[in-house]
Amino acid sequence: MARSALTGTRIRERRMLRGMRQADLARAAGVSPSYLNLIEHNRRRVGEALLARFAAVLGVEVEALAEGAEAALFGGLRDAAAGAQGAPAPEIDRIEEFVGRFPGWAALLAALQGRVAALERTVERLSDRIAHDPHLSATLHELLSAAAAVRSTAAILAESEDIDPAWRARFHRNLHADSERLGEEAQAIVRYLDAAAAEDGRLATPQEEFEAWLAAQGHHIAALERSPAPAPEALVAGAAELATAASRAMAVRFLQRYARDARALPLAAFRAAVEELGPDPGRLAQRFGAGLPAVFRRLASLPGSGRPGERRAGPVGLVVCDGAGALTFRKPAEGFALPRFGAGCPLWPLYQALARPMTPIRGMVEMAGRLPLRFLAYAVCEPVQPAGFDMPQVLEASMLILPAGSAGAPGAAEAAQPAGPTCRICPRAACPARREPSVLIEPG
Amino acid sequence: MGRHVLVIEDEPNIVAAISYILARDGWRVSTHGHGGDAVEVIRRAAPDVVILDMMLPGRSGLEILQALRADAATQGVPVLMLTAKGQPRDRDLAERCGADRFLSKPFANTDVLASVRALAGG
Repeated sequence: MARSALTGTRIRERRMLRGMRQADLARAAGVSPSYLNLIEHNRRRVGEALLARFAAVLGVEVEALAEGAEAALFGGLRDAAAGAQGAPAPEIDRIEEFVGRFPGWAALLAALQGRVAALERTVERLSDRIAHDPHLSATLHELLSAAAAVRSTAAILAESEDIDPAWRARFHRNLHADSERLGEEAQAIVRYLDAAAAEDGRLATPQEEFEAWLAAQGHHIAALERSPAPAPEALVAGAAELATAASRAMAVRFLQRYARDARALPLAAFRAAVEELGPDPGRLAQRFGAGLPAVFRRLASLPGSGRPGERRAGPVGLVVCDGAGALTFRKPAEGFALPRFGAGCPLWPLYQALARPMTPIRGMVEMAGRLPLRFLAYAVCEPVQPAGFDMPQVLEASMLILPAGSAGAPGAAEAAQPAGPTCRICPRAACPARREPSVLIEPG
Repeated sequence: MGRHVLVIEDEPNIVAAISYILARDGWRVSTHGHGGDAVEVIRRAAPDVVILDMMLPGRSGLEILQALRADAATQGVPVLMLTAKGQPRDRDLAERCGADRFLSKPFANTDVLASVRALAGG
């Protein structure tokens, strides 16, 4: 139980409301008056048992003394302390005393910590975008190529008076086509940079558009759970997030696969099996005689709990990569950050599976962060199409991500593989798999 | 028949413009639009000058350049590198790989012509 929110002050308030003297409460709870005085001034922490005795004497629920709206304040201060470097270390054991004596300074410090965290996230996002942005690079290349063609062609037309009519007509056509292309590329780049300058969540690449659309559906497509299901094309038509033909094509391909999965693993039966067996993809695959990747996708598409009609995604994350390791699908689990571009952490079970096709891999992963969180990951790599003699084998690896609580939580005793989101934004300095420096580590 | 320039570039309208200005200047021009077999095409054609784009489908211009410089039959062929990457480091990289001249897109036709003349005369 959290006892972070000025427990002493609450005990004092409750005592005074009852018109009780400090000595009387101390005696009834079995402590000395001087010790209770220290507690009431937030200079001593209160154990579970003693708190229960105070609550009983004061005739209130333990929660009334323990919980408070200041929890966020204490959380912010602890985050600030966790991020502190150098000596002397913050006196974390006197945090309640600090808040009690200097509430204004404490609130300011917690607010500054929140601002620092928000700015760090922005730095991560922008660094990630600049360093790993193939879309931006490709668009700029197209823009300059079109500009080169326009400049050369226009110069020929402007400087030559004796051009053969057939060449002249051809150059006019080229100029027209290139100027149109130039306009389109310029618009695309402005849209893209506008999105980069705006808040998180604005759209940019086709994959980001597709993922934003899917997130808006809560990763669950109710229309495809019914029979007969509508055509995927009808479901993407008019979707505001899907602004480009490329993102619509990605959405249609996703929906076609979703419809196949929904037929093979019908929602009602699948949900009942999950309730009976738990989110264990191996047992679910055996129950339905289905492939593990399809079971992963169905688990990730189960809707989350929320108000009726609310589209909220479930807590299960899913990432899919192609044979080159590029992430082709990303549904994040809370606390398991996924990179916007490029490959993820080489230590993810996803990549172990990619190296060992057809071998299911299960592993506990601990993600780097101020509050290390654990996730149970299931991964498998399979060919995406039947084998043939005249075609290359195309592989795809999938990894299901199930939240397993904080590192210190009960039941989290299983050994876990330390991992991160991707090297560029990972704080693990001594990682043997690091492929590039992190923006979060000062160069030493 | 004039001296021979081989243009390796995948952008058809750039190819058309360069071909025109060179042909009008008296050069014999041939073109190729893919990087994968560009080394073989250059070796067979044995041109006086190669104009080589840096970003090509199949194989990059830098890889092609390195292959040319590693082959006795082609190591001396003058190469004018074209690129949409105009950073100094890209120019350095191209020169280290063996480019004789380097032009950033968008380029001036007069610079292309002057570069080809200089390379052929050198």
